[in-house]
Amino acid sequence: MCRLALKTAIEPFSPYSVITAMEAMREGYDGSGLGLLLRGLSFKDYAYRAGDLILSGIAHGGAALHRLNGFMEAGGFELKYDHEFNTDLSLIEAKDRYKYILRVYKAPAAWKEFSQARVDDELMLSRLVLRQDGEAHGNDLTVFSFWPDVATIKEVGWPLVVGNALGLNDDRIKARVVMAQGRQNTNYAINLYACHPFFIQGIATMTNGENTAFVPIKDWLAGRHFPGYIGYQSDSEVFTHILHYVLRQLKLPLEAYKHVITPLKTEELTTHPQGDFLKGLRDACRRLIIDGPNCVMGSMPDETCLMVMDHKKMRPGTIGGRPGVWAMASEMCGVDALVPDRDPALDFQPQREHMVIIPPDRKELTVWSQFQTFPLPQAA
Amino acid sequence: MVAIPNLSVTPGSLTYPDLPWVVAHREDRCTLCGRCTSVCPTEAIYLTYRRQRMPRLDIGAGVKGTTTQRTFVGIRQRTDLKHRCIGCGMCAMVCPNEAITPAPNANDQRAHFFHNQGGLPLTRGGRRNNRESLLDRIIFNRISMLTDPALDAGRHEFHLNTLLGRVLPPEEYLRRQRAGEWIPPVREIFPFIISSMSFGALSPNMWLGLLQGVAYCNEVLGIPVVMATGEGGCPPWVLKSPFLKYIILQIASGYFGWDEIIRAIPDMQCDPAAIEIKYGQGAKPGDGGLLMWFKVSKLIARLRGVPAGVDLPSPPVHQTLYSIEESVMKMIQTMSMAWGFRVPVYPKISGSTSAKAVLNNLVRNPYAGALLIDGIDGGTGAAYNISMDATGHPIASNLRECYLDLVAQGKQNEIPLFAAGGMGKNGNITQNGMAMIMLGASGVHVGKYIMQAAAGCLGSEKNRCNVCNLGICPKGITSQNPKLYRRLNSDDVAQRVAEVFMSIRTEMKKVMAPLGRSQSLPIGMSDALGIDDADVAERLRIRYVC
Repeated sequence: MCRLALKTAIEPFSPYSVITAMEAMREGYDGSGLGLLLRGLSFKDYAYRAGDLILSGIAHGGAALHRLNGFMEAGGFELKYDHEFNTDLSLIEAKDRYKYILRVYKAPAAWKEFSQARVDDELMLSRLVLRQDGEAHGNDLTVFSFWPDVATIKEVGWPLVVGNALGLNDDRIKARVVMAQGRQNTNYAINLYACHPFFIQGIATMTNGENTAFVPIKDWLAGRHFPGYIGYQSDSEVFTHILHYVLRQLKLPLEAYKHVITPLKTEELTTHPQGDFLKGLRDACRRLIIDGPNCVMGSMPDETCLMVMDHKKMRPGTIGGRPGVWAMASEMCGVDALVPDRDPALDFQPQREHMVIIPPDRKELTVWSQFQTFPLPQAA
Repeated sequence: MVAIPNLSVTPGSLTYPDLPWVVAHREDRCTLCGRCTSVCPTEAIYLTYRRQRMPRLDIGAGVKGTTTQRTFVGIRQRTDLKHRCIGCGMCAMVCPNEAITPAPNANDQRAHFFHNQGGLPLTRGGRRNNRESLLDRIIFNRISMLTDPALDAGRHEFHLNTLLGRVLPPEEYLRRQRAGEWIPPVREIFPFIISSMSFGALSPNMWLGLLQGVAYCNEVLGIPVVMATGEGGCPPWVLKSPFLKYIILQIASGYFGWDEIIRAIPDMQCDPAAIEIKYGQGAKPGDGGLLMWFKVSKLIARLRGVPAGVDLPSPPVHQTLYSIEESVMKMIQTMSMAWGFRVPVYPKISGSTSAKAVLNNLVRNPYAGALLIDGIDGGTGAAYNISMDATGHPIASNLRECYLDLVAQGKQNEIPLFAAGGMGKNGNITQNGMAMIMLGASGVHVGKYIMQAAAGCLGSEKNRCNVCNLGICPKGITSQNPKLYRRLNSDDVAQRVAEVFMSIRTEMKKVMAPLGRSQSLPIGMSDALGIDDADVAERLRIRYVC
């Protein structure tokens, strides 16, 4: 089973601390990959200005990097900072890595006139163009995210080894939110794009477990004909896209995500104060009902973090911490490793109806239940 | 070789080895009770005295041989087509001594060449008489064996129901919800539906038994089964009862029974489950319903608003409007309006290469609640043999094409597709239904299997019985003759209906659990399907396995 760890703190911390916490959860795990997503970034070598764009990916050859540079220049993106990892490629299993890309760009001047929605679309489309360019050239360029204040690193191999190979213990990068997923082999082909966390327009999630309803969900999302709903090298990518669909297309609050992926039963909705609305929502989004077991952890552009379970609840997830620092992990020992100085008696393990939200102020957890009123006044 | 001028041998002369069924009778066990001859629906057998010459040879000079005669009583089989044995086996069922049974004739069946007496081609009821079932070959092979364990079918909670009715795209649902606009009605039902069999085709006891069983499934077992009427309406007491919510009312091209239904609307305690508009039927595409005169009893005549004892052929199409598209649109709107837009309305069509065109028409009709496609293996109470055998489209590829068309448009959740025709033809009802669901159907309609499993219909794909059209159903399932339908106890039928659906529910779990599915019906989960035929796999876009 895949290992999940998420840490969010007011004070930026090294992602390496999360990778070491992954070690605590190593038992029973084959560690075939690592995915990291960082938000609230600060660099030792560079003063990052909020709002500047960060491009994350891997160039597998000089030609790919050259094409990337050409594309960014032509698009009017001004390179502000190019983070050079202290890499030790000998530790990396794959032998075709040329350069790990973590670069800060300034958006083209023309974008100042654009609406936020247009900017968001342009960013996604730029990422997709680069991805398609890599795919058209024998997968020599992999692009994970292109968004303000988000960096993504993905690599095949044991998480700690990958962290060491990229020199993440040098404290040159810190972040306020770190999502880490240690990948376990599944029955979908291993591919860098199959590594969690998945990202689309500021929204990221990672999952463990297997989503057996993958094909019908994927078919339905693909039918939206939204350019970003592509990929699906992993059955878990649909969790991210469903969250994106709920928040950005349907413009529903975060809690609606839980009602969409794991709706209540008819008899439960019959006695729910907003049962009629929720039944309709369940029917309309019926093809997005997941079939876990899964534990989903996510983070939003405003650094809100969340955790939900599937309705079968066979994948435990634990959340714990103290005001200012919170951690989520797929195993309890992971939370221990991430925030040792907390009261473990206050740890929470969400049940099938819960959504746990850590708001950006990180003062306390919000445990929301599907049986509570849905926070959408006009829908009620 | 000698001439036998006194023997009548015409081109149409048949003898019992020419017939599809040969009655095997053991005289040594026969008690001559006569039960078999009295129960035989076609009077194919009769008791008769026979004489047998007993030659005696006396050896000795001058003694002339004498011959005596033995007489005996035995069962004989008639060989004219009207009285041919239909293989129903009722004789064997009533025989106290196991002395008689029909045996399928493996020889050439010459009789088939003479089923056109008087220039009339063969008509019959039943099914296509083809045991082959593609659906029986589809298996479920995406077993959760790696990351996640399979589920426990016995203890885990499963969501097995499906939706019948137009579902809005989420954006439109939210917009209408906020604006307080009309949201199409949707029913949450069990995905195995008792398909449309008319009150005229079925006997009152059969119909009552089905309804009792359906009510029990809903109210006691918690399985929301619904059943469809065929053409010809519904008894007034049902229309005004709380059981109407379990019934899909069908309107077909003859509009029989709809006077009663419309008149009952003000007195209805609840809405029907749905309205099905029949445009076509898998067993006999291009034909309307046909109720033969001998099934038009006083009750049926009253329900249908016609004189008793007349043939009731429905026209092949709805006559009032000039194109099917227009008809579909106007009838769906009219029917929706009749119940205040609270009842899903959907058309039923024959499986056809043009099904996709019908579907795309429905996609653009905001009131269309579903599409039911009835494949060539569907059954009927009465049709021409050639219609049943050779006209229509197999359901699997037809449904799959339609589903993939919806997927390409992203509308697979908006118009539920229902499949019919050959579900459980060899008894594998859950396997067949779940295969159709994973190919993209939201549910399946089941007719013949229910008659066989719940009422003991004797028909089979080996051309057994299949005389539903003649009103002589030996089990009293499709007859309006009280002498016959009293053989069928509605309580027994109800009990079997409940047993059948309990069993389907358990088997559904046994299919879904190893696939790791429990939270919703696995509609379109084609990655779980495999078949041992590469061409079929390619056509259905499922996995070829061997």
